[in-house]
Amino acid sequence: MTNEQLKLKSIEYRQKLLTCIFNCKAGHTGGSLSSVDILNVLYNEILNVSPETFSSPIRDRYIQSKGHCVEVLFVVLADMGFFPESDLLTMNQYQSHYIGHPTRKVKGVEQNTGALGHGLPICVGTAIAAKLDDQDYKVFTLLGDGEIAEGANWEAAMAASHYKLDNLCAIIDNNKLQITSTNREVMNSDPLDAKFESFGWAVREVDGNDVGALKVLMQSLPFEKDKPSLIIAHTKKGKGISFMEDVLKWHHGVPSAAEYEQAMAELEAAKAVILEEQVASLVNE
Amino acid sequence: MTQHIPAVNGKAYKANLEVFAATLERLAASDKQIIAVTSDSRGSGKLAPYGKKYPKQIVEVGIAEQNLVGVAAGLASTGKKVFAVSPACFLTARALEQIKADVAYSNNPVNVIGISAGVSYGALGSTHHSLHDYAALRAINNIIVVAPADNYETEKAIELAAESPYPVYLRFGKKAMDFLKEDNSDGFEFGKGRIIAQGKDITFIATGEAVLPAVKAAKKLASEKNINATVISMHTIKPLDTDLIKRVAANGAPIITAEEHSVYGGLGEACASYLLQNGIHNPFKIVAIPDEYTVTGSQVEIMDHYGISEEGLFNEALKILGA
Repeated sequence: MTNEQLKLKSIEYRQKLLTCIFNCKAGHTGGSLSSVDILNVLYNEILNVSPETFSSPIRDRYIQSKGHCVEVLFVVLADMGFFPESDLLTMNQYQSHYIGHPTRKVKGVEQNTGALGHGLPICVGTAIAAKLDDQDYKVFTLLGDGEIAEGANWEAAMAASHYKLDNLCAIIDNNKLQITSTNREVMNSDPLDAKFESFGWAVREVDGNDVGALKVLMQSLPFEKDKPSLIIAHTKKGKGISFMEDVLKWHHGVPSAAEYEQAMAELEAAKAVILEEQVASLVNE
Repeated sequence: MTQHIPAVNGKAYKANLEVFAATLERLAASDKQIIAVTSDSRGSGKLAPYGKKYPKQIVEVGIAEQNLVGVAAGLASTGKKVFAVSPACFLTARALEQIKADVAYSNNPVNVIGISAGVSYGALGSTHHSLHDYAALRAINNIIVVAPADNYETEKAIELAAESPYPVYLRFGKKAMDFLKEDNSDGFEFGKGRIIAQGKDITFIATGEAVLPAVKAAKKLASEKNINATVISMHTIKPLDTDLIKRVAANGAPIITAEEHSVYGGLGEACASYLLQNGIHNPFKIVAIPDEYTVTGSQVEIMDHYGISEEGLFNEALKILGA
């Protein structure tokens, strides 16, 4: 996809996840919005996985450690064709598989997550298996920045570099807010780069809401031979909706009808800007 | 079969833990999908020779039990036949959430191997005892909970675990275990208790290293009191063999359960729950570790203290029979 196509895709995902949250009156709005661009680039540009290849032993794996931001994952998986988008109308309903955290009952989901600090250890095991089997598939996980306080991450970080897992890439959705307050106030994890570097990781930082930059960076994986890769993706919580950006209450805030309308209108306007730019550049050519 | 188990120091039997290691080594020779994951526990797990022989079939994670189970789950998700080996006390407490979420809930069929279980570590104290593991794991969906009693049951359990499509928890102790019986033609499968002895007067239902004391108590009751006991090795605590319990309870004789575990949430309460809910009201007693600051001492001393012993079970039987 071109960067413009990816940008439009991100807008579409934001609209769909907000609709999902609005319909079922629950969801992790801010963190889903902050990580849209990361999942967009991963699934549309990087991961070698599809509904047809999902049972292949050599598929790339994406394990979402910040499981609570399930809405973005489900919207992207539906777009990839893992299940019909209409399935999401059952979100959180009695006996639906589409619930507030990823489960393997939903096609395309690799692991049941939701308890924080679990994704990275599972990825380490999966990446070790790839090395043992001499396969070159890659293993990705998305971590929340607040989640970094979970100790199991650091056990896994140590093991990842011990085993030289350059087939493993962890991405931190560094939106700098967690449920109570800022990360800095709740539990300061800075400096993340130096911490992971000292654990033996190759670390890169990127604007995690810039699909073009994410694409270029992820295409350069692994960053260093024999080292696991960490992407610190600087993002905005609530990205794309003016009144949600960097506002704590949208961690799991559900928009009212008026807020939902406004959010959708803002996204439509953003889409119009991109389309106008496309037209203008065509005219200029 | 038992002929695979090499004799040690001239004895025909050894610790179940050693049988575990020997069996894994045997299976790993022909099955390259078998992987042991250890948390600086290959020595305590008797897996050092295995590790030397099959360096590509062992993954060391250091002293990090949460990562041990997470890594094991990741390996198992790719089709590896994974044995995550660590002292039961740490494995089923510190890494309980990983067992619950990464193994059981996600159905990554890891074999969670709790070594030196129960009070095997004796005088090392309560940090090193696992008296909660049956209770904790019984309350978690999608994991089979097994405590093999002797070398035969251990070997069979490992063979079955290697091929199990579901997560399995196996726990072993450290001390040498005599064979429960000479003829094992009745076989071994998860969820099916084994009748070790048959008698009409009283029934012992025991698990793991508490079975042997029950067998000895039964022999003593027969020879000294002419009391004939049934002894069941209820190696699988979940799913519980309720058909067998129903069958042995049918004659109305008293039932005594025995386990190296807290009185709360283990085999005894599992049996009690089944019996009561099915209107079966035989006289009933749970012999286990009471809810108190555990007495200090060796494994044998602790088990003797709480009556999980030949003498203790003999006396409980006389008491419940009013003999």
